[in-house]
Amino acid sequence: MGFSAQFRRELRVMARTSADAVNPLVFLFLGLTLFALGAGTDPATLGAFAPGIIWVLVLLATMLSLESMFRRDFDDGTLEQLLLLAQPGFVAVLAKIAAQWCFSGLAMTVLVPLAGLILYLPASAIPIMMLTLLVGSPALSLLGAVGAALTVGLKRGGVLLGLLVLPLYVPILIFGVGAVSEYMAGVDVAAQIYWLLAITMLAFTVSPFAVLAALKISVEE
Amino acid sequence: MGVLKEFWHRLGSPRWFYAISGPWAVAFGLLAAALLLVGCVWGLGFAPPDYQQGNSFRIIYVHVPTAIVAQSAYMVMGAAGLILLVWRMKLADMALACIVPFGMSMTALALFTGAVWGKPTWGAWWVWDARTTSMLVLLFLYIGLYALRQAIPREETASRACAVLAVVGMINIPIIKYSVDWWLTLHQPATFTLTEPPSMPPEMWLPLALNVVGVYCLFAANLLGRLRVEILRRESGTSWVQQLVRSNPA
Repeated sequence: MGFSAQFRRELRVMARTSADAVNPLVFLFLGLTLFALGAGTDPATLGAFAPGIIWVLVLLATMLSLESMFRRDFDDGTLEQLLLLAQPGFVAVLAKIAAQWCFSGLAMTVLVPLAGLILYLPASAIPIMMLTLLVGSPALSLLGAVGAALTVGLKRGGVLLGLLVLPLYVPILIFGVGAVSEYMAGVDVAAQIYWLLAITMLAFTVSPFAVLAALKISVEE
Repeated sequence: MGVLKEFWHRLGSPRWFYAISGPWAVAFGLLAAALLLVGCVWGLGFAPPDYQQGNSFRIIYVHVPTAIVAQSAYMVMGAAGLILLVWRMKLADMALACIVPFGMSMTALALFTGAVWGKPTWGAWWVWDARTTSMLVLLFLYIGLYALRQAIPREETASRACAVLAVVGMINIPIIKYSVDWWLTLHQPATFTLTEPPSMPPEMWLPLALNVVGVYCLFAANLLGRLRVEILRRESGTSWVQQLVRSNPA
């Protein structure tokens, strides 16, 4: 199977098992609500913290959506066949990651205006917030896929997955939040956007191979 | 070149490594003990107090060496992971397992000494400055590796999974460091750089240099010692280990 066939298959499977795709998005908004309840509803404070809160919840929601990324295919043996058939293997892996991103990073990017609205993020900052998510979130899926591939064979991989993946997300969080906060303070943020792009490109080149190696290890187990 | 190549090939044999590493482990251990003893006594007892920080600066004689070696240990581990994935060398697999506890404890010690120093100097046990933060992330990376190994029952699978994670972590560490530097910096610039002469007087930085070298020797001794035990444990089914055990009854 080539990239597009694999990609379409993944999208179709995702759409048909909609709970796996939708639950992380619901979690995102539930988290936003809890933050607003916990931190108070003063528009100025909440608006100032909004970029950080949204980014952190995007990291956590992405992490939740990673769990199911390889799980189903691993359980029914499809993954093993895929690794045997796919030539070259990293193309199939990339297709899976791309599909996962469509339902996590891309979906969350689209939902940012809504998230910004309920956290009083200034309207002028919403486009830049969407831009940081658009260029930064592919790296979340790419790096996260390594963790998902390493833990797919384990019965209780959930917390471990977070422990493996979240430290790797630190730079993306820093540049993502930094860009939005500094934009709100009136500073030029091109550098942070370039950094996010660079991290995404690096993850794009390295992580499919790491994911492939990790999947082979998990399947052999 | 030829000698190096032969050494490389010989490293593939745990038995050979076990045979030659004994004296090296002892030598590094003694060297580490001597250097750390001189460095600590000199640094903690006799080096002149800092003109601003008084005596509280002396914690750097523990803090800086542990912080440096904790980062180096992760890099060595990443290299071992790469070697394991590419050449499937048994020794690299064992090294990967042996470095984690040492690196983790050194990172924790660096964070702890940093907190002890921070209280009198910055007025707070914990400050979110660039380097404390990247050390904290390093600690989480170590814990992640440790947890992954614990979670996978089969040893061989666990090692290779850890190798993938260690390599990804190794690529990420410079990015994490840079991003955290960007994020915020209160910390004073690095105490030691290889390219510039130190700004401290020699009687202040010499003990520090001794401790840095000493802690690297400690790392080497610790790694070799653990490797030797690990070799015996994993190769316990082979005839040479059984012979060794029979010829040295406890």
